[in-house]
Amino acid sequence: MTELTELGVAAIRDGVKAGDFTAVEVADAFNANVAAAQEALNAFIIATPEKATEAAKATDARRAAGEDLGKMGGVPIGMKDLFATFDVQTTAASHILEGFKPQYESTVSQNLWNAGAGMLGKLNLDQFAMGSSNETSYFGNVISPWRKAGSNAPLAPGGSSGGSSAALAARLCPAATGTDTGGSIRQPAAFTGTTGIKPTYGRCSRWGVVAFASSLDQAGPMARSTQDCAIMLEAMAGFDPKDATSLELPVPNWEALLSADLSGKTVGIPREYRMDGMDAEIVALWDQGVAWLKDAGAKVIDISLPHTKYALPTYYIIAPAEASSNLARYDGVRYGLRDLPDGANLQDMYAATRAAGFGAEVKRRILIGTYVLSAGFYDAYYTQAQKVRTLISQDFAKAFEECDVILAPTTPTAAFALGENVDDPLSMYLNDVFSVPASLAGLPAMSVPAGLSKDGLPLGLQIIGKAFDEQGVLNAGLAIEQRAQFTAKPEKWW
Amino acid sequence: MSVDTATVAKIASLARIKVSESELEAMVPELNGILAWVEQLGEVDTANVEPMTAVIPNTLRLRDDVVDADPLTGGGRRDAVLANAPVAEHGFFGVPKVIE
Repeated sequence: MTELTELGVAAIRDGVKAGDFTAVEVADAFNANVAAAQEALNAFIIATPEKATEAAKATDARRAAGEDLGKMGGVPIGMKDLFATFDVQTTAASHILEGFKPQYESTVSQNLWNAGAGMLGKLNLDQFAMGSSNETSYFGNVISPWRKAGSNAPLAPGGSSGGSSAALAARLCPAATGTDTGGSIRQPAAFTGTTGIKPTYGRCSRWGVVAFASSLDQAGPMARSTQDCAIMLEAMAGFDPKDATSLELPVPNWEALLSADLSGKTVGIPREYRMDGMDAEIVALWDQGVAWLKDAGAKVIDISLPHTKYALPTYYIIAPAEASSNLARYDGVRYGLRDLPDGANLQDMYAATRAAGFGAEVKRRILIGTYVLSAGFYDAYYTQAQKVRTLISQDFAKAFEECDVILAPTTPTAAFALGENVDDPLSMYLNDVFSVPASLAGLPAMSVPAGLSKDGLPLGLQIIGKAFDEQGVLNAGLAIEQRAQFTAKPEKWW
Repeated sequence: MSVDTATVAKIASLARIKVSESELEAMVPELNGILAWVEQLGEVDTANVEPMTAVIPNTLRLRDDVVDADPLTGGGRRDAVLANAPVAEHGFFGVPKVIE
């Protein structure tokens, strides 16, 4: 029999439908992998095997009754612990939300359950999705299943969706939800040889997703193929009146319309992304990507995105500003942690609760955000950043007059070791240099595994598309996927 | 612009985060490093640029003026609202005394 945990979303959906195996057999196999890897990888904050089994039984019963099984029928998934799940602890990887059991379900997770998916557990992440290495979680680091050739040093799985990426690469789940604020789907996907897409801002409802930076936060699927991402994105996306920025548009049939034939399409190569001192391996991979897309029929041109170098500093004003506002809600009154020192008044209780509940990186960003929004500094920092954001968005609009998609690396390097950047916030922030611009412009962007570094670690290529054109992004991703033939997986040591 | 210990203490107070003296000392250079780096935005000419307000053009919708149109977010769910409160008493959130 096929090893079930090697299968992706499409293969499980089709196999369950055809009766090659049952949904319960699939759930059992993944539940076992989750349990066996927990101690070594720490990818999940909590496992919910009973939820996966319950959903699988429902799928098997629907099949027996001859009913439709849904887009994700029989597929067990990992849920990033940023999505509120009814009566199941939801923490955002922060002590301040430890024990919080939402009395509601996020729209995205509900959409997935309605499509027949089941939940294997809540995946670890950087605290409040703030980080690029999954080292800011209160619940401990996630360890990447990948290791450098000839080394046992633990590597970062990327972040903030580091539990999602590690679980996918280690075959603990066939697909997982991610969220992307400045690269939190794409960077971990690149680090682990997995695939992930951040759709256009507004495609997936933010309702019930713990907020970090609301004008940037966007949920998306992570999986091991472009097709699997297309299927899962169809299940996740859709108009939601409960999210004021939700797009009131029908969800396209991304999977059915997948095509790796790029004839008539133009791919733009942004010259500003070719930075001084760039890793030669990354440059070579990028050139290889150009050759693949030409082979798929596309025309390739140079484009300019002149404000690229300002994207990261812009992001590190806007995201902390929004975070400082969003995280004001954690006050020790309505949910989560309360720290009430003896004799403390209400104000003391707020300050003590937030001091005890937030991690160092979260505090750092709240303080930066509070400062840039404070009287006297608001225009110099925040308004100026929003103006530069307009320019960055206009750069993309102008580029897309000449091309259909943009090809770039996902990250400046392969995965780094845990601890390598942890004492230097700025060097950690630089990891997102290629992913942040598309986030600031709200554009769909995906990372596809494209090769291995000389150390045997995965490298990803990024495709950025026009607003609403997830199809164009997925199609270019598929064209790369078919040519890269990325089949490497981490050797099992856990 | 750079911040000193007193400024960071003021920001932390505004953000309602208690910080110790030693934490303050550590934060000052960290925050100054980040602020010095973001200051490069000042060199961009934005004289005729509007600040972004919506990343994807969208219109704000009005919902129908109906009570409990969505039962999930409507009223009458006191127990669910209080279910995660650290202290809930008599159907209310409990907090330290604020009026003497």
